[in-house]
Amino acid sequence: MLHQLSWKVGGQQGEGIESTGEIFATAMNRLGYHLYGYRHFSSRIKGGHTNNKITVRPTQVRSIADDLDILVAFDQETIDVNYKELTASSIILADARFEPASPEGCTAPLFAVPFTEIATELGTSLMKNMVAIGATAALLNLEETVFQSVVEEIFGRKGEEVVAKNIEAIQKGREAIAEQIGDRVGEWALAPADGQRRLFMIGNDAIALGAIAAGSRFMAAYPITPASEIMEYMIKKLPLVGGAVIQTEDEIAAATMAIGANYGGVRSFTASAGPGLSLMVEAIGLSGMTEQPLVIIDTQRGGPSTGLPTKQEQSDLMAMLYGTHGEIPKVVIAPSTMEEAFFDTIQAFNIAEQLQLPVILMTDLQLSLGKQTVAPFDYSKIEIKRGKIVEALEDEESKDYFKRYENTEDGISPRILPGTKGGIHHVTGVEHDETGKPSEATGNRRTQMDKRMRKLNYLQFDTPIYVNAPHEEADVLLVGFNSTRGAIEEVQETLNAEGIKTNHAHVRLLFPFPAEEMAKLADKAKKIIVVENNSTGQLANIMKMNIGVHAKTTNVLKYDGTPFLPRELTNLVKEKI
Amino acid sequence: MATFKDFRNAVKPNWCPGCGDFSVQAAIQRAAANVGYEPHELAVISGIGCSGRISGYINSYGFHGIHGRALPIAQGLKMANKDLKVIASGGDGDGFAIGMGHTIHAIRRNIDITYIVMDNQIYGLTKGQTSPRSAAGFVTKSTPGGAIEPSLKPLEVALTSGATFVAQGFSTDIKELTALIEAGLNHKGFSFINVFSPCVTYNKVNTYDWFKENLTKLSDVEGYDHTDRSLAMQTVMEKEGLVTGIIYHNQETTSYQEKVTGYSELPLTDIDISLSEEQFDQLVKEFM
Repeated sequence: MLHQLSWKVGGQQGEGIESTGEIFATAMNRLGYHLYGYRHFSSRIKGGHTNNKITVRPTQVRSIADDLDILVAFDQETIDVNYKELTASSIILADARFEPASPEGCTAPLFAVPFTEIATELGTSLMKNMVAIGATAALLNLEETVFQSVVEEIFGRKGEEVVAKNIEAIQKGREAIAEQIGDRVGEWALAPADGQRRLFMIGNDAIALGAIAAGSRFMAAYPITPASEIMEYMIKKLPLVGGAVIQTEDEIAAATMAIGANYGGVRSFTASAGPGLSLMVEAIGLSGMTEQPLVIIDTQRGGPSTGLPTKQEQSDLMAMLYGTHGEIPKVVIAPSTMEEAFFDTIQAFNIAEQLQLPVILMTDLQLSLGKQTVAPFDYSKIEIKRGKIVEALEDEESKDYFKRYENTEDGISPRILPGTKGGIHHVTGVEHDETGKPSEATGNRRTQMDKRMRKLNYLQFDTPIYVNAPHEEADVLLVGFNSTRGAIEEVQETLNAEGIKTNHAHVRLLFPFPAEEMAKLADKAKKIIVVENNSTGQLANIMKMNIGVHAKTTNVLKYDGTPFLPRELTNLVKEKI
Repeated sequence: MATFKDFRNAVKPNWCPGCGDFSVQAAIQRAAANVGYEPHELAVISGIGCSGRISGYINSYGFHGIHGRALPIAQGLKMANKDLKVIASGGDGDGFAIGMGHTIHAIRRNIDITYIVMDNQIYGLTKGQTSPRSAAGFVTKSTPGGAIEPSLKPLEVALTSGATFVAQGFSTDIKELTALIEAGLNHKGFSFINVFSPCVTYNKVNTYDWFKENLTKLSDVEGYDHTDRSLAMQTVMEKEGLVTGIIYHNQETTSYQEKVTGYSELPLTDIDISLSEEQFDQLVKEFM
């Protein structure tokens, strides 16, 4: 009986690899298993190797497994590319159609199952995926009723016959593998799950859902990998609550349109990735200077330039923190789990309005697109805080301009929305006085600059660092941000079990950097190892800038486009200790 | 009811004496009063350049943004609050060079706002470089041997981009210009108004006198019908764009907002933005 199953399906892009993984994972989720998915794909529509790797556990899982238990292959390339993840106790289920061959050095047994042939006999070769799922079900000793409801949901609208055929395909797949492996059926059965219902979603879903829950009713965006799902979700769901999405001509329009809508008083945002964020930089400065709220989601991918558009990387950090000309107050948040992605999106909208400034919520490709299970979000924790909006004025007949940029103690000025009687004022990206009129006077410049920057002192952020620090005196402090959380957690567990006292800090608020809290954690550790998916150690540099930890800080860096795997990371960390 | 004086504020424009933009400012103030707006119901969104300062010179809500981006800001604002009257404005560099992409897409998107370009065929605030509206051969600091590129033709671009309202005015003729802006404000869709607004400091070719000599009023053209798009295109091409009046007006159009599925009847600024637990559960259920 396994306590973790690592399953992968691979083939050519466009032949239903993703939906095969989707159907398998959905069924496992219904049984109450925890799941963590990883998609390998390329920037093309049809063709090219793609695979979907899913880790299944009866307990929480937040990282991709190093090894594979079952590899389902629809072409030889899948075997050739992935066999190194297999062990002697793994198994390859390959479509007999392409006459699969086991590469030299591959210790896992290979079984050729006539996926395509069975599917074709049933009416269409498209059902080869269902045959493969049936074969998987047999190895896991799962009843096909588990798949019944999933198949009904997916194919129900195509009619009863299609549903029946797909169920039959699953049954045939089960029989086909049973004939070949006999008693080994059920050998890959997993320890039972708790049967709890969980959400199964990608980070982009959690963010989009968070935006709607936060009250965002307008989005402007331009399609880009890996951010597009956020826009697509909003296009589907905003009409249900009266809102709208505009797909703009470019990212400059997206960011400035969102600023216009925020100025109007509607919580608005945009979502993009590196190249789009580069185009938005001037608009971010405008938001900071004119004190208009703005929320931007940056789903990091491999850079620079077009870089690795479908691959994992965490290299936008410096650009997001410092990318604007001149100096503005700004908040940068980096969630590392589905739950954080959901609640941090709500926090982002609250902060943007309360402090009247741009908030960038960063994810990375693995967090944005890796599908995983999460306990249902607590509705009662959703809070909308809009800050100092003045609904109406006592003196509506005043001819004086409203002091939209009043120099208050906390730097946050009362905000009035266009259309309000008596609230006329000017907004400009030029330096301005309290009513928004352009002013280059030296005293005013200092007053307004200080007023804007002062707002950051009043930032209230729930849990700026996720901390798991069991040791008062640690040998190592592991630091990361975004999707490396799960891999680091596993490394921490392994090292602690081996007697290396390991603490873990995952930075959730990147700017303003929680220096005081991080310094305390750093003081407790002999060595700090910063784990990052980039080549220059950007987070480590941010740490060095904010707390004096140069001597004991080192990096583990990976920038080949793939996420850290737990065993791989354990070995890399050990080399640094 | 507000009069044009209510749209005046105490700020003294920093334009050069004799600048065409003064008349555009006056025409906007008059038109806004004539169509019955109150100052707080109007927002003027402008770009960067001499003309971009206009949002600070009108007593209304005003947003002076970044170079070339007045239109996306204005469209976002209108989507947020459809009860607000929104004018976007800027110069020919703003709208036809750095912001040309937005201009074309705003025209074809057809959100109900009015875009007024103060077209002086030169870059003024940066002290005299060529503009996409400068004629071939035009000598400036950046084209000492004369401009090589032909002038961009905004009216033709607008007509081919699916414009539903296109007009052109001349800043000296405030009466006609006011009427054009009024017609634009009353149009239910995107209205594009190009205005010849001479730069007295840096453009010694396209002067007030030059325009007076070369412009034709469409009201003087026999048989001109501004509902006929082909005729509009033909006339604009024949006259090399040197016409004033309503060039094209499609009165049957439906604005973008009216076409958006599910878009709230109330302005988005007025709706309750919290989700009920039932709505939330409905959304969450899809992930189970």
